Amino acid sequence: MRSFQHRLSDFNARGIHVVAISVDAPEVNLRHRQKLGFTYTFLSDPKAEAIQRYDLLHRGGAPNGADISRPAEFLIDSTGTIRWVNLTESVTVRARPEQVLKAFDELSFNR
Amino acid sequence: MKRRWNLSLWTGFLIVLAGLGSYIPFFALFPVTRDFPWANLLLLAIGGVLMCAGLMRAFKQPEVYRGRIFGSILAVLSIAAIGLFVYGLFYEARQIPLATAAPRVGQKAPDFTLPDQNGKVVTLADLLSSGPAGTGKVRANGVLLIFYRGHW
Repeated sequence: MRSFQHRLSDFNARGIHVVAISVDAPEVNLRHRQKLGFTYTFLSDPKAEAIQRYDLLHRGGAPNGADISRPAEFLIDSTGTIRWVNLTESVTVRARPEQVLKAFDELSFNR
Repeated sequence: MKRRWNLSLWTGFLIVLAGLGSYIPFFALFPVTRDFPWANLLLLAIGGVLMCAGLMRAFKQPEVYRGRIFGSILAVLSIAAIGLFVYGLFYEARQIPLATAAPRVGQKAPDFTLPDQNGKVVTLADLLSSGPAGTGKVRANGVLLIFYRGHW
């Protein structure tokens, strides 16, 4: 997520919103965002409504047994259609900004 | 004659500790060392080799080097800790749901209505209908959703 902040200007230049979603409360997101210097949007889904709609619920996935989201990334085009998906197999392996930017440039949608 | 402290045993043990302790606070911050923890595994290997060398000379030349007892204890501790580390990173980290029903490429992205960090309610439609903040773009060309585990 840090790496997406580093490349945020590349996403902005392409007109792509970068949005992070988790079960964390808005206050937690606000604090976390300020602490780490993130400037993109953090959405809060404590009831896991969107997380379930995207079939990403990880029941009891938090160390304290709470339900959380599994990691996943979706690139959506301006018509609301999904154009690229990354469903990792390990929590330590996440999408890199270069992959997403490359996918966007190759698909060259919205032209 | 006073027996020598077995330095390679202790150095090896410290390197093993560094290899175990540095993943989360440091190496996990960089995709290159996070996706596959080669830097940590390298440290563990170097530490392990040093410890083996130290143990071997402790047993082969007990009149010169110390470390038969504490060396064995450190070795057992290290093996257990390395086992846990490998289990966590290569097994436990993969115990996540498959998400077989997740929306696929070509499908409409499910809409959502969620509060942002300031409590302002945001929908996917809102995001699509305005460019990223500060870019002066009227419409978005795309939205990247990053679902993450969170900080609880």
